[in-house]
This record gives sequence, C-alpha cells and structure tokens, in this order.
Amino acid sequence: MEAGEGVSSATPTEEMNGAGNLMDFLDEPFPDVGTYEDFHTIDWLREKSRDTDRHRKITSKSKESMWELIKSLLDAWSGWVVMLLIGLLSGTLAGVIDLAVDWMTDLKEGVCLSAFWYSHEQCCWTSNETTFDDRDKCPQWQKWAELMTGNAEGAGAYVLNYFLYILWALLFSFLAVSLVRVFAPYACGSGIPEIKTILSGFIIRGYLGKWTLLIKTVTLVLVVSSGLSLGKEGPLVHVACCCANLFCSLFSKYSKNEGKRREVLSAAAAAGVSVAFGAPIGGVLFSLEEVSYYFPLKTLWRSFFAALVAAFTLRSINPFGNSRLVLFYVEYHTPWYMAELVPFILLGVFGGLWGTLFIRANIAWCRRRKTTQLGKYPVLEVIAVTGITAVLAYPNPYTRRSTSELISELFNDCGALESSQLCDYINNPNMSRPVDDIPDRPAGPGVYSALWQLALALVFKIVITIFTFGMKIPSGLFIPSMAVGAIAGRIVGIAVEQMAYHHHDWIIFKNWCRPGADCVTPGLYAMVGAAACLGGVTRMTVSLVVIMFELTGGLEYIVPLMAAAVTSKWVADAFGKESIYESHIQLNGYPYLNVRDEFTHRTLATDVMRPRRNDPPLAVLTQDTTTVEDVETLIKDTDYNGFPVVVSRESERLIGFVQRRDLTLAIKNARQKQDGVVSSSVVYFTEDAPQLPASNPQPLKLRRILNLSPFTVTDHTPMETVVDIFRKLGLRQCLVTRSGRLLGIITKKDVLRHMAQMMNQDPDSIMFN
Amino acid sequence: MSSGREGSWNLISAAVVIVFLLDAVVFAQAKSFEDVRCKCICPPYRNITGHIYNRNDSQKDCNCLHVVDPMPVPGHDVEAYCLLCECKYEERSSNTIKVTIIIYLSVVGALLLYMLFLLLVDPLIRKRDRYTQPLHNEEDSEEMHPQVDGGLARGNTVLERVEGAQQRWKKQVQEQRKTVFDRHKMLS
Repeated sequence: MEAGEGVSSATPTEEMNGAGNLMDFLDEPFPDVGTYEDFHTIDWLREKSRDTDRHRKITSKSKESMWELIKSLLDAWSGWVVMLLIGLLSGTLAGVIDLAVDWMTDLKEGVCLSAFWYSHEQCCWTSNETTFDDRDKCPQWQKWAELMTGNAEGAGAYVLNYFLYILWALLFSFLAVSLVRVFAPYACGSGIPEIKTILSGFIIRGYLGKWTLLIKTVTLVLVVSSGLSLGKEGPLVHVACCCANLFCSLFSKYSKNEGKRREVLSAAAAAGVSVAFGAPIGGVLFSLEEVSYYFPLKTLWRSFFAALVAAFTLRSINPFGNSRLVLFYVEYHTPWYMAELVPFILLGVFGGLWGTLFIRANIAWCRRRKTTQLGKYPVLEVIAVTGITAVLAYPNPYTRRSTSELISELFNDCGALESSQLCDYINNPNMSRPVDDIPDRPAGPGVYSALWQLALALVFKIVITIFTFGMKIPSGLFIPSMAVGAIAGRIVGIAVEQMAYHHHDWIIFKNWCRPGADCVTPGLYAMVGAAACLGGVTRMTVSLVVIMFELTGGLEYIVPLMAAAVTSKWVADAFGKESIYESHIQLNGYPYLNVRDEFTHRTLATDVMRPRRNDPPLAVLTQDTTTVEDVETLIKDTDYNGFPVVVSRESERLIGFVQRRDLTLAIKNARQKQDGVVSSSVVYFTEDAPQLPASNPQPLKLRRILNLSPFTVTDHTPMETVVDIFRKLGLRQCLVTRSGRLLGIITKKDVLRHMAQMMNQDPDSIMFN
Repeated sequence: MSSGREGSWNLISAAVVIVFLLDAVVFAQAKSFEDVRCKCICPPYRNITGHIYNRNDSQKDCNCLHVVDPMPVPGHDVEAYCLLCECKYEERSSNTIKVTIIIYLSVVGALLLYMLFLLLVDPLIRKRDRYTQPLHNEEDSEEMHPQVDGGLARGNTVLERVEGAQQRWKKQVQEQRKTVFDRHKMLS
C-alpha cells in the first residue's frame, strides 16, 4: 500500500484497537519495518502484539466477504500445513542420511560387486550361501584387498584394508570440511547451542538458510561415515530447523514475524529428535525441556503433529530394513530386580562424572581453539583427528564399525542365535528351551577378550570425543555419549551377570537369582549406562527417559532409567550447573538469558541502567521539536538500537520508544517518496502535527513507528524482578522512570552483562552487535 | 528485497521436494522379487551346526516349517528344532536405496564441481575482469552492498540476475567465514 493512505488511516485504526495496540503494521507503508538486523535480539512483546493486530484485522475482514473468510481459514490452517511440510522434508532427509551413511560407512571396507549402491548388509540380503559361522560373508561383497589382490586373508590383505580404511576416512572428512568452509561455514558444529540462542530471540542471519541445510545434510553423511566419534542427532535438529525456516518463507504469517517463526522452529526441533531417535514423544519433550524458550500449548500440539509426520515419513522409507526408525532399537521382556538398582545408580554416578569430565575438557579444548594458534588450522585439525581416529579405531573391532552399530550390539541381549564375540557363552549342550528365555551362563573366552577390547574402546571413545566435538564439521554428541555409557554399562552388566552365576549363595543373589534362571540382562545395563552418560552431558531428564523408553518399548524399564538419569544429573550438577550446550553458549558469548539460572543478588534497576553516573545523558528524541537533520545526526553519532521519545527536554516525561532501524527506514523512505521532507523538517511523534505556514518545510509524522507502550520500571525495582521480567516477557529493553520522568534504560545486553559480572565472568565476552 | 533469488530458490527447493516424492513413489511400487525375504536363523542343535536360511516368502508363510528346507533333522525332532529357530520377515526397497545413493552422489559431485569452479576458475575470470573494469575491485563489503543491489535492479536478463544473486551469496558466505573461521566469534 502506498504511504499516504497508510498514514491517514493510522489514527482511526489506533482508536479502534485501543491501548493494547502498539503499532499498526498491517498496511506497512515501507518494506522492512519491524525486521531486525543480524546479531540483534528480538522484542517478543512487540512481535506478539503485531501478531495479535494482524489476527484481529483478519478476523474483522473475514466477516466482509466469502473470499476473506476463506483467506482467514487458510491463514488459520497455515500453521498445520507448515508442520506437515516440515515433517515430510525432515523425515525424508533423515531417511536419505541414514541410507547414505549406511552405504558410505561400508564403503571404507569394501564394495558390493553386483550393485555398487548396496551396503554390506544389503549386498548379502538375498545370499543363500551363508552358514552360521561366517554369516556376514557373501561372494558379492568384497573387501578392498580381496578385490585388488585376490586374497582376502593374511597380513598383506589386513595392511591394505587398514590403509584404505584410513584413506577413505581422510577423504570423507576432508571433503566435508572443505564443503563447509567454501559453501556454508554455519553448517559446522552440533547446532543445538545456536538453535537455543535463536529460539530465545537472537537473530543469526543465514544460520537456518538453504545453503546451510544443503551442506549440513551432505556433510553430515560424510563425517558420520568417516568414522569420527560423532553422531547425527544434534545436527538433525539443526537440519529440521532449517527446513522449518525454508517453509516459513512461504507464509507471510511466519516469514514476517520473528516471534511466530520461533514457534515453528520449536516444533521443528521436536521433529528433528523424532527422526533422530525414532522417538516422537521424546522429541516433543526434548524441544520443551532442552531447546525451547517460549513454548505455548499451541506449539506443543504442533510439535506433536510435526514429530508424528516426520516419524511416519521416516518409517515409510524404512532405511534400516527392520521397520524401525533407529538402528539400535531393542526389545526386552525380561524383568529386573530391586537389587539391580544399585548397579544402575552406580552407572548414574559414572554418567555424571563422564558428563563433568567431558564438559570441562571439551570447553577447555574449545577455548584453546578459539584463542590460540590452533584455531587457524581448522582443515588440518579435522584431517589430523580423523587420521588418529582411523588409525586407532581399525584394530579394535568395536571401534571399527559405526558407533550406531556398536550401540546396537551392546544394547542387544545375547540370544542363542547371536554369533558375536560378546555372546560367546558356554552353552549347556542339551539345552532345548525356546530362544527367548535363556538362563544365565558362564562366560566363554570370547566374552573375556571382548571385555578388554571394550575397555580399550571406552578409553578411546572418551578421549577422542573430547577432541572431536567442536571441530569445524557437523558433529553431534548424543551418539558418542551413548556409546561411552553403553560400553561401561555392558561391562558392568556382564560383571554382575557372572557374579550372579558364580555366587548363587550370596545373600543378595539368594532370593533373586536361582541357578538356571535368566536374571541379569547385560543389554539393559548398557541402555541404562547410555541414558546416564547422555544425561550427564546434556542434563536432560524427562525427555531422556522418554527417548530411551521409546527405544526399548518396554514400560517396565522406566524406573531404572529414571534412577540413572536423576543420579547422573545430581552428580553432574554437583560439579557445575551448565549442560554442554549452555557451556558452549557461554563460551561463544551468545546473548542467552537462561531461564534456569537464579538471580539472587540485591541490586536495583538504578545500578544497572544507563546512563551511569559519569556518562553523558541519555540520547532521547522529543515529540515535536526535533528536526530530520537532528535525528540523522543522532543516528549517525550513536549506535543505540532505539531511542526513547519524551515530551520535551525539560520535563523528560516519557511518550514512547522508537527503534533505530524503523527510524532509519522511515526517514529514508520519506526522503525518497514524500515531497517536501528536507533536513529542516520537524519530526512529529504527536497524534497530529499542527498546521504550519506554507513557508515552513513539510513536517514528517512518525507516530506510526512509535511504540506507545514501552515497558517501564521504577528506579527502585530490584534487579531480581527486572531479570524475571526480561526472561518471562522476552523484552529487548526496559525504560527506567521515576514519577513519570525518564531516568535511563536497561537493555538485554545490560542485564546479561550485569549477570555475568555478578557471577564473576568477563562481561565483555557477550556477543552483541 | 531479492524476489528473483527467492523465486529461483523456491523453484529449486520445489524441484528437490518433487525428486524426493518421486523417490517415495518409486519405493511405494509393488515390492520387487528380491525385496522381501524370510530369514530363519537356526542355532546349533545336537550334532547339527547352525544354519541360516533365506527365502523369498510371503509374510504368511514365514515360519520354520516352510523355510527350512531340506529339514536337517528327522521327523520327530522337527518341532524341537523349529522351536529354536528364529524366523524374521523383512522388507526393503532396493529402488529407494539405489535412487537415494545416486541422487546423493550426484549432489556431492555437483557441489565438488562448483567448489572447484569457485576456487580455481572463478578467480581467473575475476582477474581478467578487473583489468577491463577497474571500478569493480574488492571494496569493503558494506560499501559494495548497494552497488550490487543497483546492479541487480538494472540487470534484467536471467544471467545478470543469477550473477547478482551469486555475488550477494558469496558476500554472505565470506562474512560467515570471517565470523566462524577467522574471528572465532561463533561456533567454536
């Protein structure tokens, strides 16, 4: 709409909408008003009231004609449509990633001769010639050494395979890091700390862009298949959020309102976890507990729907051929006993300790990367870590395969059919029970050799994950954390099992484990350990238990999982309150106002507000005496993001608040399009400008961009309350007054800096433009 | 601000979605002969070694009695032997796998070619351009911005618009690279 009409219609609309109306943005007279610049925080209140206005307008219009009614219905449905699209795309992308990872992981070891696009398992899918002992061999699948030299066994073949494994790993990770560097630097990392910050109202342009989506999807496959100690779960959340951002641009309801967009992003995070773990409900709870900042009930239902669609899409692609959404889905039916809670709680303690160790060490290493020479060689770092990982991982069969497969094997209970080393128990030769219910057996030599290999794998995973997370490639830490916990849990599980077998007569085993009964499930211990370690690193509780519960599909294991999760949280919290994501937010200095932190210092608003005692006075505009030139000078000389508007410099009574960006755009637009607006024109923020003689330059009326209800507190408000207001309402700034007189301003930046100062951190580390 | 670029991007994303939907259609077609199997794993029993049996069978017929053929044990032992065997009916879609892997590889290939183009060929072209148009050298990114926008508004042919969009995109990536790799302000 054109400017003139917009201006003239402003006043009646305002009156109609009453005092709650901040601005009338519906018929925007010039583009880009109400948007934000890069690295700025949004004003949730303003976004909310803009959406309410928009909604009100659509409702009132819908009574006018049939077409408007249909339009309003479409608008009401658009939220669900966006969710459907997000679910479809993120489910499909997750399926593509799973399939491609499956193939590329196996490509490091060999190739399928009948069809190169098959992974090892798919290649031998129809093979009939498998005997029990070498069940995973088939003539179509050839290892590289076999293909090149013709002999599959021997030292030469081993060395050649080893060499090619390293070479492929290096190639994949080099490709990944160069793609990230050239096309989308924002695609690196796990993405969850940044998503958390964005959801709390920070703008990072391009972080959820199309190139980020493409490159993150493509490179995620590369890095996961290169065998690095990282997972795809965190990055999948980022991928889902990129999908959400993509579809938001199709609907003006979401593309023009940053607050509404964040509701969609919250739901998309749920869809991401839903496909990453095959846990739709867990995804919704993850979004609620871990990433979201503002989560109304409407978003809950929408994330529920998005998670459902995403899981359904992935299920229909069926990437693992097992009709499940994840590789490591397990099904147990064996019960657990009260006495087992002791080892479960011990695993919880281990998980907490691992969480603390990981967070401390990883943050220290990342700080080193951020501040020293190390950060100058990102490509070399990735190559070096990949090389070390590949060299150390290949000799140990538990680290050579992909981490998901490892977790899958550790979670699975040993049936009579398992051929892996971990299940090398000494069988009773005349056992003829059904396969489900096998009594505890003594461990064979295979189990013992597996145990020390697992112990080595545990140490290796612990160390290498610390150095891997945070490199300039997409990397998540759910899977490595779970692997660490699963290995530890399985070791504990086997130990308990053997103890119970060999010492039936001990008092704790006496009424729990009779000889010949199946009383200890080592796979369950692995699962509890995985939950504990994941909990220690991310400090999730409810969502973690639900995710693990959805992975097992057994209701009876909720109590062990809860016990482990809560223990690991207690232990980890005893050493430091922050989760890994919050620590990374702090390390990077993102302006994230944590809802969980408590502010207990007794400071007042007047201590925090600007201007301070010796500062120059606050830069303000007056409602009817400032000229365009004055405003332009003010904008040029200062870098404030907004200016309070007062009645006059003498009385300093507050009228409203105007955003710098809106002011700049309005003046630029007026100078281009409105005749007679020159440097000496007076800017009016009042309702109507007085009639001026014709000799005076045309006045510029800017009431439309003025926020008439800025949030104010009095100078004696305790900071505790102010911090709470900022958190709960998502304010960007708050004005400080005393009996109607403007004294100063508190911005989100001031609050964050004040909090950092109170916690003895460097207040200048917080990033703001 | 950049409707042309947005339009082309939407077109591309629509194309990608269509490709994926096609992918889904391909997989939804009737399961081909080699896409279903019934796999029975039978553990060692008495003096018989463990065996794995694989058959293309319908879900209904997926049990030990149908699949294990020839039966390694005499008639009266069949029941006991079959109790031990675990039979699983599995489905896959070989077409989905094939199409996905080929699409993935072509995307990676295209990205690689474009990367090589940007790193090797593009600087050469720019260098030659700089001799003919000395105005167009590398200024500070913020100074450059309105110029590029102006160029976009003038350029009406598709090629010019693509060129403008590419320039703008390159600026953005450069900015991101500075933030992430050089200044270590984010994502470290």
